[in-house]
Amino acid sequence: MNIHTTPQRTPAETALIDAFSDRLSLLPGDGTVMLKRDDAIEAIKSGLPTRRIESWHYTDLRRLLTSVPDFDTAAAPKAIAPVVEGSAVLPVLNGVSSAKMPEIEGIAVQRLSEKLTDGSIAPGLDLYGADDAIGALNMAFVADGYFVDIADGTELDKPIELQNLQAGGQTHVRLSVRVGVGAKAVIVERQAGEGAALVSSVSQLLLDEGAEVMWLIVQEQPDTATHLAQFKAHLGKNAKLTLFVMNAGGKLVRQEIVVRTTGEGADFTLRGINLLAGDTHTDVTMVLDHAVPHTASTEVIRNVVTGRARGVFQGRINVHQYAQKTNAKMACNTLLLSDDGEFSTKPELEIFADDVVCGHGATVTEIDHSHLFYLMARGIDEKAARGLLVKAFVAEVIEELDDEAIVEALETRLDGWFAAHG
Amino acid sequence: MLEIRNLHARIVDDGTEIIRGLNLTVKAGEVAAIMGPNGSGKSTLSYILAGREDYEVTEGDILYNGRSILEMDPAERATSGIFLAFQYPMEIPGVATMEFLKVAMNEQRKARGEEPLKIPEFLKRVKDAAALLDMDMAMLKRPLNVGFSGGEKKRAEILQMKLLEPKLCVLDETDSGLDIDALKIVSEGVNALRAPDRAIVIITHYQRLLQYIVPDSVHVLYRGQVVKSGDKSLALDLEANGYAGVIGQAA
Repeated sequence: MNIHTTPQRTPAETALIDAFSDRLSLLPGDGTVMLKRDDAIEAIKSGLPTRRIESWHYTDLRRLLTSVPDFDTAAAPKAIAPVVEGSAVLPVLNGVSSAKMPEIEGIAVQRLSEKLTDGSIAPGLDLYGADDAIGALNMAFVADGYFVDIADGTELDKPIELQNLQAGGQTHVRLSVRVGVGAKAVIVERQAGEGAALVSSVSQLLLDEGAEVMWLIVQEQPDTATHLAQFKAHLGKNAKLTLFVMNAGGKLVRQEIVVRTTGEGADFTLRGINLLAGDTHTDVTMVLDHAVPHTASTEVIRNVVTGRARGVFQGRINVHQYAQKTNAKMACNTLLLSDDGEFSTKPELEIFADDVVCGHGATVTEIDHSHLFYLMARGIDEKAARGLLVKAFVAEVIEELDDEAIVEALETRLDGWFAAHG
Repeated sequence: MLEIRNLHARIVDDGTEIIRGLNLTVKAGEVAAIMGPNGSGKSTLSYILAGREDYEVTEGDILYNGRSILEMDPAERATSGIFLAFQYPMEIPGVATMEFLKVAMNEQRKARGEEPLKIPEFLKRVKDAAALLDMDMAMLKRPLNVGFSGGEKKRAEILQMKLLEPKLCVLDETDSGLDIDALKIVSEGVNALRAPDRAIVIITHYQRLLQYIVPDSVHVLYRGQVVKSGDKSLALDLEANGYAGVIGQAA
C-alpha cells in the first residue's frame, strides 16, 4: 500500500516559493548561477528546517518564520553614519549596491550583481552542508552586494563599513571580501534598518597568508525584522581573524559563523555580545573547523537577556585528525535579568587529533550581589548600579578589542541599546 | 552623630547571631577605634552600618544624626553621608574606575540637590586626591580595582572617601595588606579628613594603624558586644597584654 503525502507548506514557505517565480526574471546570473538558484529553491520546497534537524533544534525556523513580506522595490532606507567615524562606506540599500565606488588605494570593489551576471562568483555560492537553509535562501534570491578585493600588502588606515540597510520587504545580499597576502584591514558589517523585513545576508571572507582582519558585525535590526545571516571565512597560513558580533535587535535572528583554518599558524578569535530584549529570538551558531595542525581559536560570547527574549549559542569545534597542536577555548556567559527570558548553550567539540588543548565552559548568572552592594555603598542607586554592572558584563568583551576608536564606537552602540532597554 | 543601641543582628542565610546587644556612641569630630579578636563581629558591624542585605537586625537601632537608618538601602545611607572603606574592595571588571567615580560623585550630588560636576572640575578633584595618596592616574584608567595590589585597593578606597566627602567614615581593617610606607600615606589621607563635623570609625585588629591615626576613643568588641571602652591608652594596653585580659574581665 502506498501512502501519498502532500507536504503541508507553511504560509512562509508558500510565500518564498511564489516570490521566487515572480522574481526569477529579475535575478542576475549566468547559467551556472541560475542552476544553483533552482537547486536552492528545491531545497526550500522540501521544507524549512525544524527542530528535528540537529543544527536547528533550538531555532525551529519552520515554526518561527510565521510570515514573509513581499519584495518592496520602493523601500528607501535612510543613510546612516558609520560605526567608526571616517570609515569608507559601501552601502547596500534595499538590497541594491551603489554604482559609486570609493577610491581607496589597494582596494578593488565590484558590485556583486556583476559577478552574478558573469558567473564569476558561482563557485563561492555553494552551501556548506545539507542543513544550510540560510545559504539556500540566499542563493535562491541574492541579487546584489559587493565583492571587495584587498591587494597583497595593503594596510588600511581606516575601516571599511559594509552597510546592509533595509526599509521593509525582502533583501538578500552577499558581501565577499578577499584579503591578500600580509594585508591588514578592519571591516564593519552593519545590519540595520526599519520595518518588517526578511533579510538574508551572507558574508564571505578569504584571508591569504599572513593577512590580519578585524571584522565587526553590528546587527541592530528593528524588533519587527527577521535577520538570517551567515559569516563564512577561510584562514590561510598565519592569517589572523578577530570576529566581533553584536546582536542588538531583530525579532528572529540567526547568525551563523562558519570558519575554517586552512593554513598552519592561523588564529581565530570570536567575541560576541547578544543583547536580548522583548519577545525576540536570537541564535548564534558557530561551526569551526581546525583542519590543519598548529592553529588556535578562542571564542567568548556574553549574553544579556531581559523580557521574554530567548537566545541560543551553539558552538561546534571540529578538530580534524591531522590538526595536531590545536588550541581551542570557548566560553559562553549569560546574565539572565528576567524570569521569562531564556538562553540555551550547546558546546560541541569533535576531536579526531590526539595532541590538542580544547576546552569550553558556560555559565548563567544573575547580577553579583556583592558587586551591587559595593556600588550602592558609594551612593549609586540600585537601578543605576545594575545598569553599570550589566554594561560592564558585556563591555569587558569590547575592551579586549584593544583599539580605542573601535572600543569607543562600540560602547556608543551599547549605550544606545541600554538607553532604549535599560 | 552615631548611636548604636542594643543592636542584635544575624546572618540572613543561616540565622547565626553575630551582634549581640551592641552599644556604641560616636560624636561628631571623634575618631573611634573598634578593636577585637578575629570573629568578634567587627566586619559584620561595618557591613550592617553600610546596609548589606546579608545581615538582618533583629533588635535595637542605629541612629545617625538622631534618625534610624535601618530602613535605608545602602545607596541612601551613602548619599546621607555614611561611607564604608571595605576590608576587601570588590574587583569589578568592565566598570572603568574613572566612570565609577564620576557616577558615584554625581549620584551623591544629585541626591543633595546639587548640579553634576563639570568634567574639568571632576578631573581636577580626582588628580588632586590621587596626588595626595601618591596614586598613579594610569591606575585609575583600569577597571575598578581589577589587578590592583592589596595596598592599591586600600588607597583607592581612601581616594573614594576623599572625593565623596562623607560625614561618617567607617574604615574596615584599612591597615591590612599595607606596607609601612603605604600605611603612612593612607593614614595621612585619613587624618586630613578629621574635622569637627565628621566622625571616623576605625575597625582594626592591631594597634599599628592607631600610631598614625590617633583615636579619641577605643572600644573592644568581643562576641558581638562592646566589652570595654577607653581612651587611646586602651589600645596600647591591648597591644602589650593581648585581648585575653580584657575578654577575661568581660567573661
